[in-house]
Amino acid sequence: MAERRENRDIADEHDLPVYLARPGTADQVPRQKYGGLFSSVRDAFDGKSIDFDALSVGQSTPRSARRETGRGARSPASDSCWSSPGVERRAERVAVEKRAERSLEAALERSMETRSRRDKETLQYLEQTSERLLIKGGRIVNDDQSFHADIYMEDGHIKQIGDNLIVPGGVKTVEANGKMVIPGGIDIHTHLQMPYRGTATVDDFGQGTKAALAGGTTMIVDHVIPEPGCSLVEAFDQWRQWADDKSCCDYSLHVDITHWNDSVQQEVDALIKEKGVNSFQVYMAYKDYYQMTNSELYEVFTFLAERGGIAQVHAENGEIIAEEQARMLQMGITGPEGHVLSRPEELEAEAVFRAVTIASQTNCPLYVTRVMSKSAADIISLARKKGNVVFGEPIAASLGTDGTHYWSKNWAKAASFVTSPPLSPDPTTPDYLHTLLSSGDLSVTGSAHCTFSVAQKAIGKDDFTQIPEGVNGVEERMALIWDKAVTTGKMDENMFVAVTSTNAAKILNLYPRKGRIAVGSDADLVIWDTDAVRTVTAKTHNSAAEYNIFEGLELRGAPQVVVCQGKIVLEDGNLHTSSGVGRFIPCSPYPDFAYKRIKARKQLAVLKAVPRGMYDGPVSEYSLSRGGTPSASARSSPTKQPVRNLHHSGFTLSGPSIPEDLPIRPAGRRITVPPGGRSNITSLS
Amino acid sequence: MSRSGEVASLSPPMTRQGQFCGVFCPVDGAEGAGLGLDACRGRGRSSGGGTDDRLTETSQPTRKVQIRESRGKEALQNLDHRSDRLLIKGAKIVNDDQSFCADVYMEDGLIKQIGENLIVPGGVKTIDAHGRTLMPGGIDVHTRFQMPDRGMTSADDFYHGTKAALAGGTTMIIDHVVPEPGASLLSSFEQWREWADSKSCCDYSLHMDITEWHRGLQDEMETLVKDHGVNSFLVYLVYKDLFQLTDSQVYEVFSVIRDLGAVAQVHAENGDIVAEEQRRILSQGITGPEGHVLSRPEEVEAEAVNRSVTVANQTNCPLYVTKVMSKSAADVIAQARKRGTVVYGEPISASLGTDGSHYWSKNWAKAAAFVTSPPLSPDPTTPDYLNSLLSCGDLQVTGSAHCPFNTAQRAVGKDDFTLIPEGVNGTEERLALIWDKCVVTGKMDENQFVAVTSTNAAKIFNLYPRKGRVAVGSDADLVLWDPDLTHIISAKSHNSTVEYNIFEGTEVRGGPLVVISQGKIVLEEGTLHVTEGTGRYIPRKPFPDYVYKRIKARSRLAELRGVPRGLYDGPVCDVTVTPKVMTPVSSTKTSPAKQANQANQPSRNLHQSGFSLSGAQVDDNIPRRNTSRVVAPPGGRANITTLG
Repeated sequence: MAERRENRDIADEHDLPVYLARPGTADQVPRQKYGGLFSSVRDAFDGKSIDFDALSVGQSTPRSARRETGRGARSPASDSCWSSPGVERRAERVAVEKRAERSLEAALERSMETRSRRDKETLQYLEQTSERLLIKGGRIVNDDQSFHADIYMEDGHIKQIGDNLIVPGGVKTVEANGKMVIPGGIDIHTHLQMPYRGTATVDDFGQGTKAALAGGTTMIVDHVIPEPGCSLVEAFDQWRQWADDKSCCDYSLHVDITHWNDSVQQEVDALIKEKGVNSFQVYMAYKDYYQMTNSELYEVFTFLAERGGIAQVHAENGEIIAEEQARMLQMGITGPEGHVLSRPEELEAEAVFRAVTIASQTNCPLYVTRVMSKSAADIISLARKKGNVVFGEPIAASLGTDGTHYWSKNWAKAASFVTSPPLSPDPTTPDYLHTLLSSGDLSVTGSAHCTFSVAQKAIGKDDFTQIPEGVNGVEERMALIWDKAVTTGKMDENMFVAVTSTNAAKILNLYPRKGRIAVGSDADLVIWDTDAVRTVTAKTHNSAAEYNIFEGLELRGAPQVVVCQGKIVLEDGNLHTSSGVGRFIPCSPYPDFAYKRIKARKQLAVLKAVPRGMYDGPVSEYSLSRGGTPSASARSSPTKQPVRNLHHSGFTLSGPSIPEDLPIRPAGRRITVPPGGRSNITSLS
Repeated sequence: MSRSGEVASLSPPMTRQGQFCGVFCPVDGAEGAGLGLDACRGRGRSSGGGTDDRLTETSQPTRKVQIRESRGKEALQNLDHRSDRLLIKGAKIVNDDQSFCADVYMEDGLIKQIGENLIVPGGVKTIDAHGRTLMPGGIDVHTRFQMPDRGMTSADDFYHGTKAALAGGTTMIIDHVVPEPGASLLSSFEQWREWADSKSCCDYSLHMDITEWHRGLQDEMETLVKDHGVNSFLVYLVYKDLFQLTDSQVYEVFSVIRDLGAVAQVHAENGDIVAEEQRRILSQGITGPEGHVLSRPEEVEAEAVNRSVTVANQTNCPLYVTKVMSKSAADVIAQARKRGTVVYGEPISASLGTDGSHYWSKNWAKAAAFVTSPPLSPDPTTPDYLNSLLSCGDLQVTGSAHCPFNTAQRAVGKDDFTLIPEGVNGTEERLALIWDKCVVTGKMDENQFVAVTSTNAAKIFNLYPRKGRVAVGSDADLVLWDPDLTHIISAKSHNSTVEYNIFEGTEVRGGPLVVISQGKIVLEEGTLHVTEGTGRYIPRKPFPDYVYKRIKARSRLAELRGVPRGLYDGPVCDVTVTPKVMTPVSSTKTSPAKQANQANQPSRNLHQSGFSLSGAQVDDNIPRRNTSRVVAPPGGRANITTLG
């Protein structure tokens, strides 16, 4: 465990100012007793700092260094509500202890009261006080409830929540004035700095996370896309490097499985166990490139279900798309409208249905990325009603705009909307998706932020199939959902937090470190101004792309202050981000949110054979030239000749264990031995 | 030859006065329609066609005559000219749209007159129906008689199969031709014709199964449609590495089918998942018939139905789902119909009459007798649910998928359920089962019963109104139905040759009293008088109205247009040509949608050149541009690089 940290982490450390680089590096050994899966939640309500590193499987992150503060304050017995008087008492004690510990520091801090707003960012990095932050008078909104309390943060963690907190002097205080304080958004789907045919998306990890922070998103989860045939681990390391260099906020990574064989399987295993990846995406589209067959999907899902991973799918029927694309081109349709015409929403719905079926067969939790159409959303919602463990992710684009722009006369504008699955030309789609998001049928929101410049999009100016796919949305996501769902009364603020942050954290097994305002959680917060009105435009957005697909949209609600890793990164409309401070957050497998049900079902899904007497009647001659079902018979036909063999004993062995409670068997009475003894099979009844 | 007296004595005569008004109007109309009827028939049939003319349709007319002479009773019927003339008096004629009381006079295998007080030649054999229900004979749209499977043949050949069908009130069957992958469709078709012509006791037609796909099959399909009267093709989504087609292939087949005006049938199960599940189940040591149903959960069926509906929608092709065995598959069809898809669902006798709990029977042979694909659902409420959907019209036709194997044949798979030959009985029981489960219980009325057992099938496969209707000019395939008859289905008394009947012990109310096929009485007092080889092949024309009216209207609407835009004149990013091998086009041989406006097609194959289109060739497109797109838009050429 001592080698958990990779070299690059250390290298990154050198990039940081020396005083930021892990004050307590010596204290590295995580406590083993909190390795259990469920301890995280219990601790969250403990009013204590949580030792997240004990939970993480993979390498540690710089945050592990700051554990020394909360340690002394841990008390084993505690209730689970911070609004109770006990919490305040405890908080007081924490503060006292902390003061004792850090008397020297506190003395230093007291001398630094004057700070100029102008060069605040510089000061933040020069002074240790900047690590301490108090938000006063905010209304804390979690996914389950809202309440008024102050929040005290230190070292990037939330240390205290409550009224009249006793905090060290010299703490920077933000007056929230009753505004909402919500957990920072988690954008569960981005493609920053994605390579594409020798170029890369215009928003790299620096630019992209900056845009994310500007929109109130304090964590992104990017997709690692290995070229088919390349190593997953290498690709993962490459992405880690890019992101560690540039990311301004915490990030995590999904890994896309673009091909499947035994070595990939081992790599997936390694990624889960050692690298902190718990979600893998497979493609049902992009024929002859990323696309997987149903059998491969089955195998991938089976494997992920065993290892506690989440199976994500890009759901579109690639085979039909290929046919339709050929047809469109043949008809002379080469513009971006061909993109949506060749990918009708039915194909998306079909693939979702298929993915749900396979996931259900393999008992694997399914996560459908980019729900773009009503019919796909309907399938997900139906599947959830039937009890399948499936999560749907609409993205900012599908929630905020529609596909009518594909017919724009302006080629560059039309091309900027090209993404897969395409935006639905049905203008009522966004509203519908918001409704399902509000009702809980869709669970999380991402942005699928993957922007290309007009020049890059123009690769496909004569053939829509060549247009690089991707739209913006990481910056607009939170405000869009607030405007379209909360101000219209579809969902309340708690649900808003759930779909923008908490559910994502739960699926990734980062909860409650992320996605909740609680003592011990990361200090990723947003003070949300419900009254602000902004107009989205490419002129002011933080993305590097020339077009914004939400151009001209007026949105109510915006982040007023964004706190990331305990530091203010957005205030008064000014962004103070610094590249490279973002940490990789490892995700552990078997997220409770998805796997509690899966585990229970796995226990039930044991199949038993029917114990029967041996068939001793005549057997017809048949030719093996044509196997009835060759895939199975070829490799697994248990007997080649009608001689009694051991395989029969499989039945007789299971004879004694005729438990009545076999779940699959429809009726117990058929199992029991009939009164006249075991029936002779050849007799005609 | 006068047995009418006995028939008459079975129930009191029914009064006709109540149904007098308006009842005969459609009958008169039907008489007029009878003239046009011949035009609707299969190729080469002249309007004045009598028996002789029809016999030329079949491949071996001479052999038929010989057979008839060789048998006592049938020979008599044929020698006696009057035997071809038949009058049914006082019947309640039940069509799919209405019921009315009238007499029916048949001659030369056709219905010649319907009405009261008919003037008929003397010496006509008369049946007094006494107000009983007279329905068009059932059409079993799905049988697999004499089907070869790994050197074996399904236990019921065309003789035993059609005999069983007639015994149950079914007067026409449509069998499936299953060519071996690699074999010619035409030669397989001829093979099946030969088998059926020599043995079939009732009229029949043939579906063609597409067990593999390549471009060459398209011509054969066209020949079958145009010259051999086949208008339905079945594709398999299951039987991996054997019959299964990929989605792309299904897309292409459907496109071809649409262009030919045929009906696309699909065996809907996800073969990939089934193969994986079979492997898993076998590895768990489950080798008995219960493994069959465990490895084919109904979800897998529903998924494939959904997928084929999607492909059919994309290709604007009418879809016909064979063997709807589960609730969820039926639901998918019902939903697709609500969305406007042209899709038909065919539950079979087995799924309507029994459930899959028997797979767990301790008696291996009994459990194996239920093996069919998709399997019977273990959910015991499934039959009731399917009967309800059938009654409300969400499912339209019923078949039997009659393909039984005897126990010795099944025993091929005694150690491995994947080797058990698949198929169940049901052609004989189909009508009585549906009557018992739907009409007796009040789910559907007698008219709907006729629709789902006969008329809808005739409409979908373009046999209507020759088949599926009691009308002047229609074929004299009739059933006099007795709703009071009850009998218990048993392998001891059934007409199939297999040892097990999957409906064993089921008591059904309702049964055929008299069955008339080709104008001859084949069932009377429970006695069958069938003749091997009298069945004629009934060719079917493409573009059935029932199916294609909507398809045609949609294909007119479905023209797509590109957006006329100014030329993009901004910068274009350089790309490396190598990495994206992604071929958006499935294959060069493919793209059946060639009917799309050829005139509008640019001289340059854009999707071929798409790959070579790198930065170096940016200006290539200017001279070769499709004219429609170069036209300057009304407001002048748009400057594409402007933002906004």
